[in-house]
Amino acid sequence: MTVRPPRPVTVVGDLSTLPASASGARHLVWWGNTGFMAIEGTGFALAAAAYLYLMTQAPHWPPPGTRPPDLIWGLIFTVGLILSEIPNWWVRRCALAREVRGVRIGVAAMTVTGLLLLIPRGFEFAHLNTRWDGDAYGSVVWLLMVLHTTHIVTDWGDTAVQAAWLFTHDVGDDQFADVEDNANYWRFVVLTWLPIGAIVYGLARLW
Amino acid sequence: MTPAAERRDRLALTWRDPAGWRGFLTTVDHKRIAARYIVTALLLLFLAGMLALDMRWQLSTAENTRMGPQLYNESFSLHGSTMLFLVSVPVMEAMALWLVPLMLGQRNMAFPRLGAFSYWLYLGGVLTLWIAHALDITPDLGWFEYPPLSGPAYSPGHRADIWAQMITFTEVAALCASVNVAATILKMRPPGMTLARMPVFLWAMLVASFMTIASMPAIMLVTTMLIADRLVSTHFFAPDAHGDVLLFQHLFWFFGHPEVYIIFIPATGFVSSIVETFSRRRLFGHHVLVLAILAIGFLAFGLWVHHMFAVGLPRLGNDFYTAASMAIALPAGLQMFCWIATMATGRPWFATPMLWMLGFVSTFVIGGLSGVMTASAALDLQLTDTYFVVAHFHYVLVGGAMFPLFGAFCYWYPKATGRLMSERWGRIAFALIVGGFNLGFFPMHLLGLLGMPRRVYTYPAAMGWEGLNQIATAGSVVAVAGGLVFVANALWSYRHGKPASADPWGASTLEWAGEAPSPPWNFAYTPVVDSLTPLWSTNPALPVMEGIAIDRREVLVTSVTDAVPLYRQKSASPSIWPLAAAVAVAAMFIGSIFTPWAVAIGLLPIGATLTGWFWPHRERATTGPLRTRS
Repeated sequence: MTVRPPRPVTVVGDLSTLPASASGARHLVWWGNTGFMAIEGTGFALAAAAYLYLMTQAPHWPPPGTRPPDLIWGLIFTVGLILSEIPNWWVRRCALAREVRGVRIGVAAMTVTGLLLLIPRGFEFAHLNTRWDGDAYGSVVWLLMVLHTTHIVTDWGDTAVQAAWLFTHDVGDDQFADVEDNANYWRFVVLTWLPIGAIVYGLARLW
Repeated sequence: MTPAAERRDRLALTWRDPAGWRGFLTTVDHKRIAARYIVTALLLLFLAGMLALDMRWQLSTAENTRMGPQLYNESFSLHGSTMLFLVSVPVMEAMALWLVPLMLGQRNMAFPRLGAFSYWLYLGGVLTLWIAHALDITPDLGWFEYPPLSGPAYSPGHRADIWAQMITFTEVAALCASVNVAATILKMRPPGMTLARMPVFLWAMLVASFMTIASMPAIMLVTTMLIADRLVSTHFFAPDAHGDVLLFQHLFWFFGHPEVYIIFIPATGFVSSIVETFSRRRLFGHHVLVLAILAIGFLAFGLWVHHMFAVGLPRLGNDFYTAASMAIALPAGLQMFCWIATMATGRPWFATPMLWMLGFVSTFVIGGLSGVMTASAALDLQLTDTYFVVAHFHYVLVGGAMFPLFGAFCYWYPKATGRLMSERWGRIAFALIVGGFNLGFFPMHLLGLLGMPRRVYTYPAAMGWEGLNQIATAGSVVAVAGGLVFVANALWSYRHGKPASADPWGASTLEWAGEAPSPPWNFAYTPVVDSLTPLWSTNPALPVMEGIAIDRREVLVTSVTDAVPLYRQKSASPSIWPLAAAVAVAAMFIGSIFTPWAVAIGLLPIGATLTGWFWPHRERATTGPLRTRS
């Protein structure tokens, strides 16, 4: 195939002096991460809207004979989740400061934290006082819980793999950016729980 | 100066794909990925078009026995699902994947492997629907399978599941493509291309990507809820357990209406590029066009209830959505006036791509006007589920998106192949398709007004619908013949078309500055932009910057608003992991039709393949407790 030549060019500048990486919103991957958080955030918002829709259509909420979810495990999980922001904040700061030791310890700590949080989350499911196949109330409560738990599990998997890699490899700029993105994602998981938790535990009592 | 041979050779070495099948399966070249997206979508356009022709055959005479009700149900379901989910949306994304880096003067997309993953998942959706069809498990409830009909009580078997999971495939693919396109446009514009200097095409693709991100989670959520109702006995849509069937419709149309604009807005990008080039003047009202696209993007999310006027919602709600539906005609009208003003005040050149723009304007305006009519809840109540609606949405979707797409195909064909399509056969195809389309679909307005419902497999002769149906069938035959001429022209021109220069139309935007056909690296240097129409500068030489590596895959990242160069980003090399991850995801999606355990078990191979994908290749640690000890 014959190649048609391009337009002639005149060189007006040099980009070779630019850095080979960046952090925060300057970094390309930050935008990809934000895009996926926007997608998942929309999913959470729509699932919450589905809950509100069903709630406003039903004559009783929860249906007669169904107790709201027990508060205790939800409370333990929520407090634990909010406290997990402390090591998360710290590991993010270490990533921005390019501290190898800090990110290794921090990501390992976040791996343990994620695993520990799955314990009260498991008890939450056992104390929802409804089943997914009981009625629409149970279905939508389980929908919200499963949706959020999926995010905890996937982020935990991601964090565990990242920890294994960080301890066994030489850490470079891109990996610091990855750690920062992972910390941002965990913050997203924490923040999304606040309205979802309020809906699951609050509206079943207040409506 | 032009790039030295040595520089080109180095770039060719850096950006080449592995040879043979390995290259085919591992490529991350946005042009190769987009080309296979486009070819797949066009093949499906042909197949779904054949289904349409078959249905027109059935309806050409009263009480025809070519099809029974079940086959007719399957035919329109497969036709609609294919056209909406496997043709219209993917082909627009594909055009973005192909053109966005070229129009930005970049060597690849922001996330090259995500582009490959997106295609493989899309292919999974295609195979899911069409292999199921071959196995006689064809979905048969239309393209928006409403419960309770699609629920476990009324639809045993797996037809509805196939439809729902096909959607999951294609929507994940679309979401991946959208994040990729949005990040590329926001962060990889060339120096000087501030937001104010961004071509309308890129605005259109950016807004369509944002709309995808905001709307497609709704359809993923609702089809997941439907599968859950069918598979694990949840009750989202079961009224006897406090569920609500209208919840499905709300969520479906919260996606479904924006989807129409996710298809239409990229088309406005094609129209803007083509009208500008062939009017040989800068677009009239660039800022108005951009603001109109943004306005449509917002308003599109306030219209979904106009698909539900007949379900008995509160009057005030209907009034609001009537007003919102009419309001969107304002920015759409502004766009039309800008394009017409550009043509009227330019020096129009009516080559084939421009002819398609004329076909678009005339056809889309008819569809828009019938849309304003059906936006009225009172009139819609009479017309809903009649052939009037069938006519309306084909006028807006075919006239508003497919005609611009065909024009875009002819317009960018020389860029992709280095050859021009035959003008003569292009004009013949244009006349046959536009003429046949109008002959085929205009009578459907009248059929609708005469009361012919959509989705009926036959009708009694006494209804008096036969004559108009026969005209519609004749029109469809003419349009399909035109489509075959179009495809034959494209195939013939690939080898025998007239050789094209690198910029055969004298266009204004950066994609025409590089070689034709585009090499894997797209551009030898990074272009610098100082206007909306950089190739119409009085300076014959394109200003460029050097410094982006040629001995390793690297791209330039710039700031969001002003496109100030920020840093050099490593660009991903070919990899088998996107395909492996797509296979793992596909296994989970297909498995979850049959058992919920597939979701839990399927996470493991997905996790493994994603780990392989993202595993960085660097030296082993020399510090820390797990350091290598020599």
